[in-house]
This record gives sequence, structure tokens and C-alpha cells, in this order.
Amino acid sequence: MQQFIRQLAQENDFQSTCLLKILRAIQARYFHIPKAAIEQLAPILNIPRTQIQNVIAFYSFFHFEPRGKYDILISSSITDLMVGQKELIAYFAEKLGVKIGEVRADGVVSLNNTSCTGMCDQSLAGLVNGYAITKLTKARIDEIVENVNKQLPLEQWSRDFFKVEDNIIKSGLLLNQKPIQGEALKAALERGLKETWEEISVSGLRGRGGAGFETAMKWHYASEEDAEQRYVICNADEGEPGTFKDRVLLNSYAHSVFEGMTVTAAFVGATQGFIYLRGEYLHLYDKLEAILEDRRKANLLGKNILQHGFDFDIEICLGAGAYICGEESALIESLEGKVGIPRNRPPYPVTSGYLGKPTVVKNVETYFAAANIAIHGGEWFAAFGTAKSKGTKILSISGDCVKAGIYEYPFGTTIQTVLDDCGATDVLGVQVGGPSGTFIANNEFGRKLAFEDLATGGSFIVFNNSRNILDMVHNFSHFFAHESCGFCTPCRVGTSLLKKQVDKIVEGHGSAGDIVALEELCQLIKNYSHCGLGQTAANPVLTTLERYPELYQNMLKKISYEPGFDLDKSLETARRLANRDDAAAHLAQVEE
Amino acid sequence: MTNKKVKVATVSLAGCFGCHMSFLDLDERLVELVEHVEFDRSPLTDIEHCSSDCDIGLIEGGVCNSENVHVLREFRKNCKILVAVGACAINGGLPAMRNHISLEDCLNEAYRDGIGVENAQIPNDVELPLLLDKVHPLHEVVKIDYFLPGCPPSADVFWKFLTDLLAGREPSLNYELVHFD
Repeated sequence: MQQFIRQLAQENDFQSTCLLKILRAIQARYFHIPKAAIEQLAPILNIPRTQIQNVIAFYSFFHFEPRGKYDILISSSITDLMVGQKELIAYFAEKLGVKIGEVRADGVVSLNNTSCTGMCDQSLAGLVNGYAITKLTKARIDEIVENVNKQLPLEQWSRDFFKVEDNIIKSGLLLNQKPIQGEALKAALERGLKETWEEISVSGLRGRGGAGFETAMKWHYASEEDAEQRYVICNADEGEPGTFKDRVLLNSYAHSVFEGMTVTAAFVGATQGFIYLRGEYLHLYDKLEAILEDRRKANLLGKNILQHGFDFDIEICLGAGAYICGEESALIESLEGKVGIPRNRPPYPVTSGYLGKPTVVKNVETYFAAANIAIHGGEWFAAFGTAKSKGTKILSISGDCVKAGIYEYPFGTTIQTVLDDCGATDVLGVQVGGPSGTFIANNEFGRKLAFEDLATGGSFIVFNNSRNILDMVHNFSHFFAHESCGFCTPCRVGTSLLKKQVDKIVEGHGSAGDIVALEELCQLIKNYSHCGLGQTAANPVLTTLERYPELYQNMLKKISYEPGFDLDKSLETARRLANRDDAAAHLAQVEE
Repeated sequence: MTNKKVKVATVSLAGCFGCHMSFLDLDERLVELVEHVEFDRSPLTDIEHCSSDCDIGLIEGGVCNSENVHVLREFRKNCKILVAVGACAINGGLPAMRNHISLEDCLNEAYRDGIGVENAQIPNDVELPLLLDKVHPLHEVVKIDYFLPGCPPSADVFWKFLTDLLAGREPSLNYELVHFD
């Protein structure tokens, strides 16, 4: 092992910024990060042992204790629950002979739940040793169990399990364009970089991750800073449940995305770029590496690009299962080999980002759009959309509809139009923008997709009338409690309390004061949290409580109070250990 | 205010009596307090059970065993206003640190496997209350009306809270009374 780790560190130039990459390799080989590996790594990377331990504890895909040789994770996104995730994972566990969350006694296989893997249009989805598997059914699970028990190497499994579809259902302005292999760069260099910036400015392009910051302004700020080095980062940590459009863009339009990054780099004067690819998209890694290699060969990356005297290259960095790393400053921390805790802002990454240098961080879709704007001009793009939201938006549609997949719409399109197109009938409501977004009811379908009205990073989950909204709220509140980075108390403690309080109500233990307590808690988390995760973590409760107060009220018992847990059951362990069963060894559940 | 004194009951559940000690820090203000207040069940009076007409119940500590549950319910039943006093009552506090370890492991460490344990066995006398598998804050077991934060809450916090209630005002603690640094 010593040899292996030494080699690994050497390949990464002993850079602590490569910690995640190194740990991923160790985890893949030993199914955990052995203590000895930590001891060995700390001095050669010149970082404290505790930083490594911290990182292992922080990211879901790293483990102190060995996972199975086949580590199977099943997505527990709400869209997976819709296709019977709970029943199927229980079936999986039974067939494998392993408890959920545990490793089988022979060490061959482990099984657990994981947050949304970005395959909501091909649920039930999961990961085997990090590789995406889709459309799991009982039949498919049986086959997987057989493969595991035979210890068949992953390469020999049926390719069908790993098939990831693009499902582009409705193309618009951008998706209709061919992938770009040099055209955008050439156009930008011929037009002039300053002039190209003006086109971006005219286009009104705003960030596609959800927050909607103006792209031209980011370029401008980053280029204005006095610095020797600048960086361009593509945020491909698409973790918002229900979002999968970046996966499709990287699968079928990666050239365009890389070109958008290169044009950005040319303008701001960056020589190094990163694409932070979420760990769940490991299946794209080799393909993207090959595309980068092609681009280097075509002189679209590397030294003296297109003989225009500027250098730029892109490195792919894989995440390790942390939703928070989609927040740009947490992403930068993660790129630096640390835990993904959001920084204080300001300073913003455009002035002090990766390694303290000016850094442009943009979403996959933003670079994709920017590349196309560099070719076709700002007016071409700005002709679509609304006053404050120019161009088109790519949606990932999933849930109760006939055709789940990728749809592109001009901003300003109504929800009803989208629902009609995707074949959604008998609709109860739509979760726009994922758990951190808004739930809209069926009397609001005239509302529009736009930063002025309903902003979204692309997640669009449809619920029909057979669904229980509280199941969704329950799922989302568990998601946030799991994904809170733990840095600030309002979010760390708040999301856990929120989860508990929602559980209490959903499980029918709620009473008169519990809704008020729930609302107070939501306001506290929303108003006092450090970053966007906490500030939006209460949205599922707040947006549904506002629309369906009666739904919550109906869950309450007509009493003033009831404990949220089973008191007698919580004496069970003590009863067993003391070998008692007398009257005093029991507690009644008392209502007030 | 009528001449009838307000009845106050106090108890320490899974706590350390630190909150009660802090209450005693009211010092000479206690003299003024007892002009308006009569203590019912409390370690200060040694009265064993609450009268049925208590006005205010002050409870220190969280809920760690079955006896705590019974006492808490007696308070809830007999006090008009129930107050969670201090960090343990509000969050479980120090005793709740055992929540990260299974109850079985805790008991084994203390009574079976611990260093120097003789005649190792888990106590099983029926007189002993059984431990809950987790330590709970009060509001998870009964309805709580007010929370006094602090470890312990200072005497000033008790004073402000009680004088507000006695004067018929909604109790309110300003920042100076609840800050921790």
C-alpha cells in the first residue's frame, strides 16, 4: 500500500489540492481509506492529518471503514420514491442478504441510500462502485445480485445496466445548434475579445445555476482584478434533486461547454480551467478526458491556442458526494482539497477565488450558451426570453409525466405550456427549482419561467393528484438535514430539528402548537443560515404550508400535545437488560 | 395583583442542580420574591408532590428515565405555566451526550465491563427507574410554555422572567440576559 500511495502522491505532484483525487483512488482500491494511508499522506502532502480525516468524514463517498467490494448506492430522490424506491431497495437488501447501510458479513457487497444521482428521468437509479446504473427493476436487481454473488468484474456486467439516456425531448435555440469545435473561439478571436464581451453583455446572459448573476459582469470583474493568475471553473456539481440537464450537455455538447470556458479564459486572461464534475457522473469522466485530448490535438486547448498567443487548459476534478459543493465558494474549497464549506462572501470568487486568485465560476449551461453567443452574437440570443431573463432555459423534467427528459424553452414560457408538452395530466403541483425552489399549486400554472417570476436551475418535478405533498416535504427535509455541511449552527441543528418536526407531524404525532413551532423553526433557519443551503432548506415546508395549510392541520391530533416518540418503546432496551417487565417498567403514551 | 401568592414549583430532572444554585443567586431579592411567591413542590421546601393549583413550574434538566417522565407529567398536570430552565431542559444538554452511544453500550461500560467493576451486573431492582434509550428535552415529552436559556440561566434571567410574569407582562429577555460571551 505504501508504494501505491507514494506513487499516487507523486502522480499528483504532492499537491494537497489533489487530495480528493488521491482519496478517490484509495477508496476505489481498498474500499475505504485505511488509517495507515492517512498517516502516510499527511506528511507527503504537507497537510495536517486532521484535514484528511475531516475530508473523509465530510464527503459521502469516502469511508473510514471498508465498504463492500461492490458498493451499491440507491438514489432516494423523490422521483425514485415515486417508482417505489423503498420497496425496491428492501427487495435488493433481502436478495443480497445485507441490511441497508451495512456491509455483508463476507465483505463482498454493501448497500445504502444516496441523494439524487441526476437520473430522475430514468429512475430507479443508483451507483455501483461510483458508476451510474439506471432503470432498476426487480428483474434487473436479480441479475445484479447474481453478478455480485458470482463476483463478476464490473466490466463484464451487462452494458444495459449502465446505459444513460439523454432523453432530449424538446430542443430550442441552443440544443438545435451543432456541438462547437473551434467555431466559437475563431469567431471570438476574429471579432475581438472586447467585442465578444460586448456581445455577451448584449445577450443579457445570466448564470444558469439558479442565482442568475450576469455573465458579462463576472467576466468583467475577474478581468479587472490585478493578479498574476486567474481561473475559470465550470460548475458541473449538478446536485439539486431533479436536475440532470448538465449531464446531458456534457454527454452530447461537451465541446461547446469547453469552448465556452476557453472563450471566457481568453477574455479574463486565465490559463487554467477546472470542471468540477459531481462524483455521481463518474461515467462521463473518460469520455470528457478524451474530448479534452482531442481539443488539445486540435490546438483548441494547450499552448498558443489557434496561434493567438494565449494558453489555456482544463482539468477535470471529480467530487465525492456533497450537495453543498454546488455552491461556488464551497466548490472552490473542495477543488483546493478541503471540506466543502462555503466561504464568507465578500470577497467573491471573481476577486478572490481558487487559491485566492480571481476566478470565474459558471454553470455548465452558461458556458454552453456563451459559446453559442460567441458565434451568433448577443442579439440572436436576446431575441428570446423576457425583459430580465434573456434567451432560453434548459429544463430537466421528471415525475408524473409521459415524457420525462430535457426540454428547452424561451424564458417567459408558462408552466401550463411545459406541462402540456411533457404530457402531464391530473396535476397536483410542480416543484420548480428542486427542493430549494418553490412548490406551485395547480391554480398557478399561468406563472412563468423567468428570474422575474419562477427562477430555476432546471429542476422541474411534476406531482399528480395521487401524490401526497407531505411525502415530498418529508423527503426534502431529510435531504437537507443530510446535506447540511455542518458549519453554522442554524443550518446544522436547524435542518435536523426541521426533519424531526416534519417527521412528528407526518407520522401523526403532531398537535395544536406544532405547526407554529414548525413555522418558527423555518424562519430561524432561513434568516440565520450562513449560505444558500440553509437559507432555502425550509422552502419545501414554507411553500407548501402557505398553499395547503389545511393539509398540515388535518395531520394534527385534536389535542393540545402529544410526545413525538414512543415512550414505552424507548424503555425496551433497559427492560431487556434489567430483565424486567413489571408495571413500573412501562410508560403510557399520554395525550394532553 | 391580588394578595393571593403565586404558587411556584421547581424540580431538577436529568440536571446537575446548577440552575437551582443559580436561582439562589437571587440572594436578597429572594426576600422580595417570597412576598409575592409561595414555593410548592421544590428541593427548597421538600414538599414531595405538586398541589393541584400551582401557577408556575420551573424545571431543570432533561428527561433520561421513566421517573423523569412521571415527575414531568405531574408538573404539567398541576402547573398552569411550565418553564424549561437551562440548557439540559431545552436541548438535553450534557446528559444527552450519551445519545450518540447505544444505551446497551453505556450500561455495559458502567456496570459490566468497566475497569474495577466488581460483581458485574446491570441493576434490576424494581425500585429503580429504567433509563430511556435517549435523553430528551422537556418539550419532546410534554408541552412547554417558556424556555429560559443558559447553562445555567443567571439569577437576573430568573428575576426578569418571574417579575414580568408577576406583573402580568409577557416575559421578555433582552440580549444582555441571554448572550454567551
